[in-house]
Amino acid sequence: MPSYILRRLLLLIPTIFFALSFLFFLFFVLPGDPAQLIAGGADRSPDPGVVARAADRYGLNDPILVQFANFWKRTLQWDLGESFINNRSVNDILGEKAPRSLRLAFWAVIIEIIIGISVGLVSAIRRYSLSDKLATVGTAAAAAVPAFVLGFILQYAFAVYPQKHDWPNWMQLKTSRLGPDSWAFFAFPMEDQWRYLILPAFTLAAVSTALAARMMRGSMLEVMRADYMRTARSKGLSERAIVMRHGLRNALIPVITLIGIDFATVIGSAVLTETVFSWPGIGSQIADSIGSRDLPVILGLTLVVVVTYSIVNLVVDLSYAWFDPRIRLGQGAEV
Amino acid sequence: MTMVDPHASAPAAGIPSGGEAGIADVTAEAQPLRADVIKRFVRNPLAMAGLSFILFLILVAVFADLIAPYGFKESTQPRVSRAGPSSDHWFGTDIVGYDVFSRVVYGARISLRIGILATAMALTIGVLFGSAAGFFGGWIDSLLMRITDVFLSIPYIILAISIATVFGRSENSIILVLGLTGWLPISRIVRASFLGLKQLEYVEAATALGFSRRRIMFRHILPNALQPIIVYGTVSIGAVILSEAALSFLGVGPRPPTPAWGLMVAQAGSGSLASAPHILFFPGLAIFLTVLAFVFVGDGLRDALDPKLK
Repeated sequence: MPSYILRRLLLLIPTIFFALSFLFFLFFVLPGDPAQLIAGGADRSPDPGVVARAADRYGLNDPILVQFANFWKRTLQWDLGESFINNRSVNDILGEKAPRSLRLAFWAVIIEIIIGISVGLVSAIRRYSLSDKLATVGTAAAAAVPAFVLGFILQYAFAVYPQKHDWPNWMQLKTSRLGPDSWAFFAFPMEDQWRYLILPAFTLAAVSTALAARMMRGSMLEVMRADYMRTARSKGLSERAIVMRHGLRNALIPVITLIGIDFATVIGSAVLTETVFSWPGIGSQIADSIGSRDLPVILGLTLVVVVTYSIVNLVVDLSYAWFDPRIRLGQGAEV
Repeated sequence: MTMVDPHASAPAAGIPSGGEAGIADVTAEAQPLRADVIKRFVRNPLAMAGLSFILFLILVAVFADLIAPYGFKESTQPRVSRAGPSSDHWFGTDIVGYDVFSRVVYGARISLRIGILATAMALTIGVLFGSAAGFFGGWIDSLLMRITDVFLSIPYIILAISIATVFGRSENSIILVLGLTGWLPISRIVRASFLGLKQLEYVEAATALGFSRRRIMFRHILPNALQPIIVYGTVSIGAVILSEAALSFLGVGPRPPTPAWGLMVAQAGSGSLASAPHILFFPGLAIFLTVLAFVFVGDGLRDALDPKLK
């Protein structure tokens, strides 16, 4: 087991290296000269002297391999560079935006766990019932609706419409932006913050909640057929004890894995959700930076996302063995 | 194109899709006959609803010129912008004064074209790489697995917008982007199937008969590995349409005035929510229904081909 963890950790290094290098070279072939961009924007024609100084300052005249080496040299020292647009250090941007994205993701995962697992569980126990059918259609719908459409619909239904028709204040949620930005214990909304949090959190959670519910249903149905469930029944245990103690515990294993892997869906959907709600986190920052070709910011933030994602995946794989001791990692288990 | 393929009824029922090498699981199950598969599919109301919607959408796309009262970049006469739905303009008019209904109708062409072509491209690349990796094993397999590791470690949407930024904003470049990123999971599914299937006796028999490796791969193994590919491919058309909408929404898709649905939602933006929500609602609904239809058909195919999973 320890050697397996070590091997996986070692495999992470080349994976992350190649992923980031790919993006580095990808952005290097982008049309448009970054020096022009720094000196005054892509479409205007800035003073050539300013362009030359900008190119000089950021080392943009060096051969690409030198720039590539420099990129890795400073990245390894945890210096993510500075923005082409406003000279802000990417480390600062990260420090400011990451907590906001994490808070949003935290609540999205809570929603996913509570709603996803309970819907899937009910679906499986009452298989082919009306609630099961509704859940099947509902989860398919939640997975098919684009985050930006869902976001706008929720905004319309819970913020714009109530506001237009002068509903009492307590029934109105807020459409966009961060709000007062006041939190207790990092992630718990204070004052009016919940009004700003709730819509983006549900939007972000939609797709993964649907997937978790479907997975939970499938997994629970499979577990219910297992021999140990029949044994539990024949012991005369109550249906509740059978489902909860023997069924749920075993059925949860693949779902937990899914929720972990789903972190990627959450990140991806965060780009859209944060843009729709003008939530100033990492996702909307990446979208903005791609729009303005702000390479250091894109690369820096993507690095953080890729590293986090890879580590979460590793932890999820390991937890699989933790939850189900029958699974042996290592020899023969190709990664 | 969503009809059930005859090859799919071959005995691949025990192959876990997408999982790691499901070697132990490969058993020649009772072969679901083609007629049974079609019968099960037809009896599934959601799948049939999805299929009808897709056929309807294809008709709309083909006859868009006849259906749409205006061109997709033709201003209404007299020019009215942000008008609500009425008998003249079923879906209202947008900010510029274009007829939203006409644009949604023309948008069906774009979505279907991108969805089908990008999926075809992803399937071609994915099947070639996946079958080579699963069949030959060794360094080809390791290389492929490491390459997919690298690209799958970048969250999909970030990968797609990055590549889209490089390719520029046009319909064709979106097809390339989605095709070039979409093959990764397909190659893993195909690889897993091939790993299991290549150990079966009929492959051994074909080898003993001296058939070429290419013939064994594509004539003997591939038809039996098609089932998960068909299911994934169908759902994938919907997923590609969804991604296209997202890329258009983020401003890396086709340029205005192309009537791409995602772009229409983005152009309406949150500014129109209070005054003219219909500009945003109808193209959004079109994306939603289209994706849902492909998901239902994909699920229906999966259940019809392998009823024990239901």
